[in-house]
Amino acid sequence: MQEMEELVNKEYKYGFVTDIESDSIPAGLSEDVVRLISEKKGEPPFMLEWRLKAYRHWLTMKEPNWENVTYPPIDYQSMVYYSAPKAPKTINSLDEVDPKLRETYEKLGISLTEQKRMSGVAVDAVFDSVSVATTFKESLSKVGIIFCSFSDAVKEHPELIKKYLGSVVPSTDNYFAALNSAVFSDGSFCYIPKGVRCPMELSTYFRINALNTGQFERTLIVAEEGAYVSYLEGCTAPMRDENQLHAAVVELVAAKDAEIKYSTVQNWYAGDKDGKGGIYNFVTKRGKCAGDNAKISWTQVETGSSITWKYPSVILLGDNSVGEFYSVAVVNNRQQADTGTKMIHIGRNTKSTIISKGISAGRGHNTYRGLVKVGPNAANARNYTQCDSMLLGNQCSANTFPYIEVKNTSSSVEHEASTSKIGEDQLFYCKQRGITGENAISMIVNGFAKAVFKNLPMEFAVEAQKLLGVSLEGSVG
Amino acid sequence: MLEIKNLHASVNGKEILKGINLTVNAGEVHAVMGPNGSGKSTLAQVLAGHPAYEVTAGEVIYDGVDLLSLQPEARAQAGIFLAFQYPVEIPGVSNSYFLKTGLNEIRKSKGLEELDAMQFLKLLKQKMQIVEMDPSFINRPVNEGYSGGEKKRNEILQMAVLEPRLAILDETDSGLDIDALQIVAEGVNKLKTPENASIVVTHYQRLLNYIVPDVVHVLVNGRIVKSGGKELALELEEKGYDFIKDEIAAAEVA
Repeated sequence: MQEMEELVNKEYKYGFVTDIESDSIPAGLSEDVVRLISEKKGEPPFMLEWRLKAYRHWLTMKEPNWENVTYPPIDYQSMVYYSAPKAPKTINSLDEVDPKLRETYEKLGISLTEQKRMSGVAVDAVFDSVSVATTFKESLSKVGIIFCSFSDAVKEHPELIKKYLGSVVPSTDNYFAALNSAVFSDGSFCYIPKGVRCPMELSTYFRINALNTGQFERTLIVAEEGAYVSYLEGCTAPMRDENQLHAAVVELVAAKDAEIKYSTVQNWYAGDKDGKGGIYNFVTKRGKCAGDNAKISWTQVETGSSITWKYPSVILLGDNSVGEFYSVAVVNNRQQADTGTKMIHIGRNTKSTIISKGISAGRGHNTYRGLVKVGPNAANARNYTQCDSMLLGNQCSANTFPYIEVKNTSSSVEHEASTSKIGEDQLFYCKQRGITGENAISMIVNGFAKAVFKNLPMEFAVEAQKLLGVSLEGSVG
Repeated sequence: MLEIKNLHASVNGKEILKGINLTVNAGEVHAVMGPNGSGKSTLAQVLAGHPAYEVTAGEVIYDGVDLLSLQPEARAQAGIFLAFQYPVEIPGVSNSYFLKTGLNEIRKSKGLEELDAMQFLKLLKQKMQIVEMDPSFINRPVNEGYSGGEKKRNEILQMAVLEPRLAILDETDSGLDIDALQIVAEGVNKLKTPENASIVVTHYQRLLNYIVPDVVHVLVNGRIVKSGGKELALELEEKGYDFIKDEIAAAEVA
């Protein structure tokens, strides 16, 4: 097994920096900074009011410390809250996107050139704080789908933004959501009208480039009655010695009979083997099944970030609505993850499924934290939770904190949990069949995570499997 | 083909093998019998290279190579196969994917071309007939949720696919009913050639009715105390292991 330990320091493939001129505001946070961001984005007054309300509330809040992770205090005044690649004010076609930016996305395997029609996936690319390009915009608008940057949505569809912004995650929800609400600079907006099935996968690709910059983006997805959309999110960042804060907010609204499937492959820079650098990924993600028979499904593969702190949740308001959470979280070296979900059953006959697979290696700490809450009116609500942890080596840890609150006698909540050590016996069995150690580990771990991977769209599943192999290379000692 | 000289091995500091000497030639079937705790399974695991066992003295020469210096996967690639007494479950990994990976790594190590999915599936189906296994096992996860008999059959299937030079069967008969035993034994017999050899580790003589050994060794307390032809197994069955122990005790007194 020692021969594998030597492979541990596999280079992070996406660690390059793009040399591009950017328009950044000075570091620090104040009411003036919030006003400046809103002004730079040419926002209508209602947005500025919304931001200021969030900022003033944030000032009264304390950074939470209940999560099972440790990090030095964050200096919010040393951070830059707005950074945008310098570019012509308005981009009329994708050809006008800065070639350096296009090159960056090509390196990441994301094509912004529509002609290539990459696997029929529409992409909104967010570079540092702003959306730089959205593909397939026109063909989607033919069926009435709005898919654009958040900034464009504020200007072009203010009535939708007013109606839905903060309707699932209020600006005062928690410390990082409030911070995001005050300073968010861009993100993606997606609106699927009544009865429309989105004909392709929609995707946002987030890239942090600038130094000392926090990335605060918002995603808002609204599926009207009977609509369907599958949405993918990918993330990378350069390798830097400083920690960078990523505090995003994602809100999903599914009306009656609508379905939203949201998949994330998170591969932010994780820091080096001693835990230096890496992204703090403190994210609030929540969906609301607003109407009857609505369905929201979160699938996440978390391999990067030095600290991951997120709980994609579903509020099951409509009767018969369904919430799902499928998660694979991998920590290696000094990475820490505290992740899980909240399923809030309010409507009758609501159903939720939670499948969480945590993999810990190196000196990583992996925590599953979940809440299943069944309200007094949620007759016949059902939940099934399965939490499995796998440990590779002796220096890592796994914890499970399941919280269950049931205020209804007709509901049923099931919880299963297991912890296994990647067995010397499993490894030996594979080796005895001629399979070398590295392939054996990748095989065993992928088998462990299979129940989650099968919920990912095909091309994402393949990427996730490879990513898992790379994240764990040489992790058994 | 295989020469074991004065092999000593221990686990957790406790010596289990106390000087094993054994020579196996191509084309031969050797049976290793003995009471519980005599070191039979340890011998099998040490030959395959399980990391929990420490070899403290002696040597093992396999086809002119120092076997003990090889990693477990290198031993497998050199043609050593262990049919496990307790086959290990690998959840979420299909039988076919597992075996295809193993076979292709072995082929690669020999400079042979790897089999593609279609070629492999054809081979697998053909081999499954030898052990009368249902095709549904192709996509089932490795050993997960199998009955004891199904696990043992799966071991022989793997052996049939990987075509080892030296197969070590560790208590393959334990937990098998008589029908399954016959199928498994039949499988082993069909795979026998003049170029390969096998070591059959067993507690009971029963299996040796179906797999007829050329040599029978009796292992007691970490040493081979008696070797003989196939009739030795019958004698053991009739008189029990105590008669050997008595013989040794008598010899030691004298």
